[in-house]
Amino acid sequence: MMEEVKEVTSALSVHGHNIKITDVVKDGDALTFVIVSQKLSGTGEYHVDRTWDDFEWLQQHLFSQEDVPGLQGVIFPPLPAKASGNASAKIMKQLGVLGLGEWQPYCKALETFLQQVATHKILNKNKAVEVFLTSSDAPGRQKVKKNIFNRLSQAVEEMRKEGHKDVDEFFQTERDHNLVLTGCTKTAAEKFLDMVLTEQKIAVACGHFSAALHLCVEPGEDPDKKAFSRLCVQISEVFDSMKKNMTSVAENNVNTLGLGLDLESRYQEAEKEMLFRRTCKLVELENARRNAEKAKPVKKAAMEEVKTATQTEFQQICGVARQEIKQFHGVRVKMLQQALVQWCEKQLLTAKESTDQFNQHLQAFRGMAQ
Amino acid sequence: MAASSDRNPPPFPAAEDPEPGLVDPADGDSDEGEDIFVSKTNPVSVSRGVSQPDRGAEDPPDLFSEEEEASSTTAKSNGVHSDDDSDLFAEAHMELNTDKPGSSAKKELSASSGPRSTSTSTQSPAAMQPTSLEQLEEEEAKDSFDVDVAITNPEKVGDGMNAYVAYKVSTRTSLTMFRSKTFSVRRRFSDFLGLYEKLSVKQSLHGCIIPLPPEKSVVGMTKVKVGMDDPSSVEFVERRRAALERYLQRVVCHPSLLQDADVREFLERDDLPRALNTQALSGAGFLKMINKASDAVNKMTIKMNESDTWFEDKFQEVEAEEQQLRKLHAVVDSLVNHRKDLCGNTAVFAKSMAMLGNSEDNTALSRALSQLAEVEDKMEQLHQEQAASDFFIFAELLSDYIRLLGAVRGCFDQRMRAWQRWQEAQSTLQKKREAEAKLLWANKPEKLQQAKEDITEWESRVTQYERDFDRIGMTVRKEVLRFESYGFGKHQYSGPSPCRGSLFMVSLYHGFLNFIWYRRFFVISQDFAVYRYFYRFIIVASCVEERRWRKDICL
Repeated sequence: MMEEVKEVTSALSVHGHNIKITDVVKDGDALTFVIVSQKLSGTGEYHVDRTWDDFEWLQQHLFSQEDVPGLQGVIFPPLPAKASGNASAKIMKQLGVLGLGEWQPYCKALETFLQQVATHKILNKNKAVEVFLTSSDAPGRQKVKKNIFNRLSQAVEEMRKEGHKDVDEFFQTERDHNLVLTGCTKTAAEKFLDMVLTEQKIAVACGHFSAALHLCVEPGEDPDKKAFSRLCVQISEVFDSMKKNMTSVAENNVNTLGLGLDLESRYQEAEKEMLFRRTCKLVELENARRNAEKAKPVKKAAMEEVKTATQTEFQQICGVARQEIKQFHGVRVKMLQQALVQWCEKQLLTAKESTDQFNQHLQAFRGMAQ
Repeated sequence: MAASSDRNPPPFPAAEDPEPGLVDPADGDSDEGEDIFVSKTNPVSVSRGVSQPDRGAEDPPDLFSEEEEASSTTAKSNGVHSDDDSDLFAEAHMELNTDKPGSSAKKELSASSGPRSTSTSTQSPAAMQPTSLEQLEEEEAKDSFDVDVAITNPEKVGDGMNAYVAYKVSTRTSLTMFRSKTFSVRRRFSDFLGLYEKLSVKQSLHGCIIPLPPEKSVVGMTKVKVGMDDPSSVEFVERRRAALERYLQRVVCHPSLLQDADVREFLERDDLPRALNTQALSGAGFLKMINKASDAVNKMTIKMNESDTWFEDKFQEVEAEEQQLRKLHAVVDSLVNHRKDLCGNTAVFAKSMAMLGNSEDNTALSRALSQLAEVEDKMEQLHQEQAASDFFIFAELLSDYIRLLGAVRGCFDQRMRAWQRWQEAQSTLQKKREAEAKLLWANKPEKLQQAKEDITEWESRVTQYERDFDRIGMTVRKEVLRFESYGFGKHQYSGPSPCRGSLFMVSLYHGFLNFIWYRRFFVISQDFAVYRYFYRFIIVASCVEERRWRKDICL
């Protein structure tokens, strides 16, 4: 995805772009993922086991880096919500497409997360990433100190800030645009999921019909009965093919476009959060300015200091944010296109296979007219 | 997408190769390639090795194609029009009165004694029963009918919610009981329901299987009434027309129903009084009615001692088959519903994609997403077609059959009721005799006369009911055999012992060929074409975009 990024400057000892999650083990409630990454120097792989809590640990560390200027301007790769082996209906709904198909899409989403973290110019310098990917022990589970990155639902006061007018036109348009896109993408992803679920139901219904027809088969020597049974079996097979076709279609949908839309949706949310953080900083800056102006001479120096500090932070954030946004747009479009292309290819393949199968059935039927 | 007229399914296999043993019940009068019940004229039986000339694909625009005289053989017939046949029909217990005896095709309609024939003749069926069953079956095989009906030209009459669709019912016949050789009238759907109502009241007492008309559909009709000319309401009217034609053909196929004055009136009379109170005959109403009736019979206190196991066996068969079909129907129904859901979901998804494409500022991606929205729209249409075809080929076929079997069960119930009446009359007679004995003993001559009259009256009633019962028994047997042979359609599957299953199978086979060839293949290849088109578009767009992005991002 970001192959052009030179990995020399990263602190990582592994390649970032081909991290794979090869296996998922379900142990009661918890899911354990096996992560494989290729060593930078020479040949060799790191195999580690991680649970979702370990992923969260990594994310928290990334959020709380202290020495990175403008960190709040980074669009953090989104981590999928926690999934458990016996997920409730609510969690499954929240996961959307990722909750389908025996956790394969979920693994893919986690994989993408790791790849993006490992290839991010700023983020991959964090030691936590190295530890996560290479250490054979589970990373520590100590609670990381609170930070404003915690994904709490925005308090009512905070919501106010979201609409705060921007000083920079670039960012204002970006915010407006992001707002629209986030809504649209989320809706699209949801409707897509509905479609996929219905396709799965159709596949199941075809399977039922196929089974029911099998029950119609009557044993016996009566040539009529035999002919009838043969016909039932034949039709039953056709419906079986239909079921397989529909299942493939649904699977293709999930693995390509479904994942693409889901990722896009979560990424838009991530960008939204970044823009919000910047807006909060802007509000802070404006408050600091006001305070500095209104301050009594006693406090004025202190206020000025605060104001200057805030200004520097804000500018750093803006700098990083601009870069991130540009990167983000390019990457986003590419990812979505890739998803679309893959989707087309897979559906074409399925359609071709199905056509062949149905042709065969047709021939068989014609041959039956004896 | 494609309207029904665009479709061009391949000619059925029977048309392509000479196929021994399989008649091509191809479309006759209807445009519907897949409507296999609309068939040709005579049920021509084809013995093995004889190829049936293709009357399917090259159908002349004439409503009725050439009637071919049945060269009837069945695999187990001895090919002899035995004299016993005429004896059998000398005792036929139906009200038959054609003026045209004689031709072998009309044997069944030849003059015979009425229901109240002399007691001697009524006793003979019982004696003849072992042989008459075979002869019955032979007779069925030789039946051919000289009445053709077709239903065409559906036309909307009136406006708004009072509008209705009038169909042209054309009859062509050589029976002289009708006024002319060919004639046509206009009828509306409620007229058909009215006909069924009249017939079921009268004829069911004789143990006939009354064919069931198609079901009412409020949704379908409302669309038509509102005046939309969209393909779905056109298709609805077409389906209904085909179903009505099937129904009417079944009615005229039935020899005793054909004799009914109401049927003749229906076919001939220009102005039929409006049939009212047909609300009860809608949708699930039919089956409910029949089920209620069966339940009532089952609750009757006196259980019948079935002396003739034939009835018991047949009844079990019918019930078992009905259960099977019901199960299949339930599954198909759920499949159809899911498909309809998929249509809805696809449409909503297409809309959301269009919105996304509009909001997207990257032009290439925006275009791609809009294209995707269009693709999904097309997919929705395909899904709709698929759902419709699933419905009409499988679900309707199955429910049609289930209704038929319900009607068959109904006639068994009639026989049961006749038996009940007979038994009750017998017990009443017994009571009267006891009363008379008491009076004799009590020596009351004035009441004795009354008692004697009562006894005579009840004795004759008992005899009559017993005769009724036997008659109904015979009729039921005949009806069931007819049903097994033809299933109330003019097609035949020749085999050693034709059975209901074979009819179902033939219909299923042909329906399915059409289904699979046209629908599935077409749909899938449409999928294919649609995806291929989109794929090419995406590839081009992504190449352009990639170049641009690389330029942008490489600082």
